[in-house]
Amino acid sequence: MRSKRRDWSWRSRAVRGLIYQLVAVAAITAAIWFLAHNTLENMRVRGIQSGFGFLTQPAGFDIGESIFAFDSADPYWKAFLVGLSNTLRAALVGIVLTTLLGTLIGIGRLSRNFLIRKLCTGYVELIRNIPVLIQLLMWYFVLNEWLPPVADALNPFPGIFLSKSGMSFPVPEWEHGHLVTLGGLALGVAAAWLYRRWAGAAFLRTGIPRPMFWPALAIVIIGALLGWVAGGSPTALEMPIRNELNVSGGGAVTPEFLAVAIGLSVYTAAFVAEIVRSGIQSVPWGQTEAAGALGLSRGQSLKLVLLPQALRVIIPPLTNQYLNLTKNSSLAVAVGYPDLVSIANTTLNQTGRAVECIAVLMTVYLTLSLLTAALMNWYNARSAIRER
Amino acid sequence: MRQRTVKLLAASLLASAGALLAASAHAGKTLDAIKQRDQVVCGVNTGLAGFSAADSQGNWNGLDVDICKALAAAVLGDAKKVKWVPLNAQQRFTALQSGEIDILSRNTTFTLTRDASLGLFMTAVTYYDGQGFIVAKKSKITSAKQLKNAEICVQSGTTTEKNLTDYFKSINVKMKPVVFEGFEASVKAFFAGRCQAYTTDASGLASIRNKEAAKPDDYLILPELISKEPLGPMVRRGDDEWFTIVKWAIYALLEAEEYGITQANVDQMKSSTEPPIQRILGTSEDTGKLLGLDKEWAYREIKAVGNYGEIFDRNVGPTSALKLPRGLNNLWNKGGLQYAPPIR
Repeated sequence: MRSKRRDWSWRSRAVRGLIYQLVAVAAITAAIWFLAHNTLENMRVRGIQSGFGFLTQPAGFDIGESIFAFDSADPYWKAFLVGLSNTLRAALVGIVLTTLLGTLIGIGRLSRNFLIRKLCTGYVELIRNIPVLIQLLMWYFVLNEWLPPVADALNPFPGIFLSKSGMSFPVPEWEHGHLVTLGGLALGVAAAWLYRRWAGAAFLRTGIPRPMFWPALAIVIIGALLGWVAGGSPTALEMPIRNELNVSGGGAVTPEFLAVAIGLSVYTAAFVAEIVRSGIQSVPWGQTEAAGALGLSRGQSLKLVLLPQALRVIIPPLTNQYLNLTKNSSLAVAVGYPDLVSIANTTLNQTGRAVECIAVLMTVYLTLSLLTAALMNWYNARSAIRER
Repeated sequence: MRQRTVKLLAASLLASAGALLAASAHAGKTLDAIKQRDQVVCGVNTGLAGFSAADSQGNWNGLDVDICKALAAAVLGDAKKVKWVPLNAQQRFTALQSGEIDILSRNTTFTLTRDASLGLFMTAVTYYDGQGFIVAKKSKITSAKQLKNAEICVQSGTTTEKNLTDYFKSINVKMKPVVFEGFEASVKAFFAGRCQAYTTDASGLASIRNKEAAKPDDYLILPELISKEPLGPMVRRGDDEWFTIVKWAIYALLEAEEYGITQANVDQMKSSTEPPIQRILGTSEDTGKLLGLDKEWAYREIKAVGNYGEIFDRNVGPTSALKLPRGLNNLWNKGGLQYAPPIR
């Protein structure tokens, strides 16, 4: 009879498996240590200084655009933060735009209208076959050639200026009333959530379906409006003003940002469109027929039958596209947008800390990508088939 | 371009790994390696007219390029034995640190940080420059002080960004830098009208105006120079013999101008009886032996590219397309700063 004790001999499969794994881990660790040690040792021998101490030194350079105040006397780590915020801004705007555009074009590819269908196919085939860097440069130079110099900026609507220096637009002047508006909005969201809970419970109890979307939206908007009125209905806007050399005041985005946001969204939308199209087509026609046979309306069958199944196919590759867009935003430096790579480049050259700066870049992009992936995996798990 | 940076970084990591296994540095290993491969590997600018630019046949020309040609003539006896490695601002130091190039001759400013912390040495100044601004004439700007709230295009990876910030801070004027990774993109954006001004070294401004502007006369280089930019070649630390050779190869070009030795008269000068000329051309003392070269090293340099004044005039001076004045780059006894220690 076999003993219940663990078998520690070489014949044991478990022991051999453990040994192989230990050897593999040791080899990988040794290789990483060898590379890191050699790099540091050789940098020391050649008199190349290293370390992350430079991050607390004053940066000494200005950054063209930033969502928070940055001065050249601020330390390098703060410059990196500015770069990171600019990267995130471009990536977030890009992800929202590309999702909207990609979904529209993906649905357009299945349209019954010949012109729309062919135009959308043409878009996908044209855009996804041209390298993204070239598209970014194209958008940037097109914007720069088409728009007038800042001295005679276009003024298509009052308060909006469009020129080679970017787009300026009015922004609301901050008042306490806005805080009350935000409070109203939050209350509206809470009320909408409560309404949906009640409607869902009522449906389960009585079997009478109640509209879920429009009433909830109305509740949110009414909440925000009430808050705005309660806050004294603040309407003051900070308008951009034309100076002799340029336009100042108000909100502004640079042509660099426009080129990056437009270029990345347009490029990624071609891939998103294909994902949406294939997701919709992956749901068998029989499901639509079955939904019809049950007496569901077209909207209901789309919302309750088709979309939940299509989303399962769409979300994993869509995550990939979001990651690609975020990583591609590192090309922004080519058109002069001060993203993280641009800041790291400047820092690298002023301090000579090549290994450190590249390490910071790699860590940040890795973290961003893993966070995006984690978020999308959570959403994927939510919309996956629940086995009962 | 980024791919290249990554490749260089990978190369430098590999080179570092390899170097640990190899013996520690011994004097003259760069010279040995150059002789063995029969080629000087020279890092230059990807394209800056007058300093280093390839023509339509792929021949490299310019002041920085001529320094490498002179060096190849001194060390290998043939100015053509150079392998050109065009580098952008971000790649240049890594390329030199990793050993991909023997010498970095790429309008590089000498600063304390670069000399002390990069594992590199500055050799000798081949061009005294200063940072300036170029604007479109129709903007009616005539002084840098008028650039209030202006957007200024600049290429990243240079000392220019820092000088720009320092200058506008000192005159208490606000401006917005628009920073590009590539030289071409930054220049193109300026000429498309994205920025009210472009900034780089004054020599670079002249080069850009001449080569990139549709109508050079529509643009004005502002009178203010906001920094000191001594430009010159750099070499790796740890090979003092090679460092010395590069330094004296440059000094010899200056000495030749000072004593009137030119590309045209160098052969006649060989029979000169003046002791300094005899020492430069190796007809009396053998100065080459001390450097690990032969005695005609300087003669071959001058024969190949001429003296410093000829190099300057041909590439950037009044007879060239750039028409830069000699200014600070004149010899010390003609009102400039170029002063070579004596060859003796």
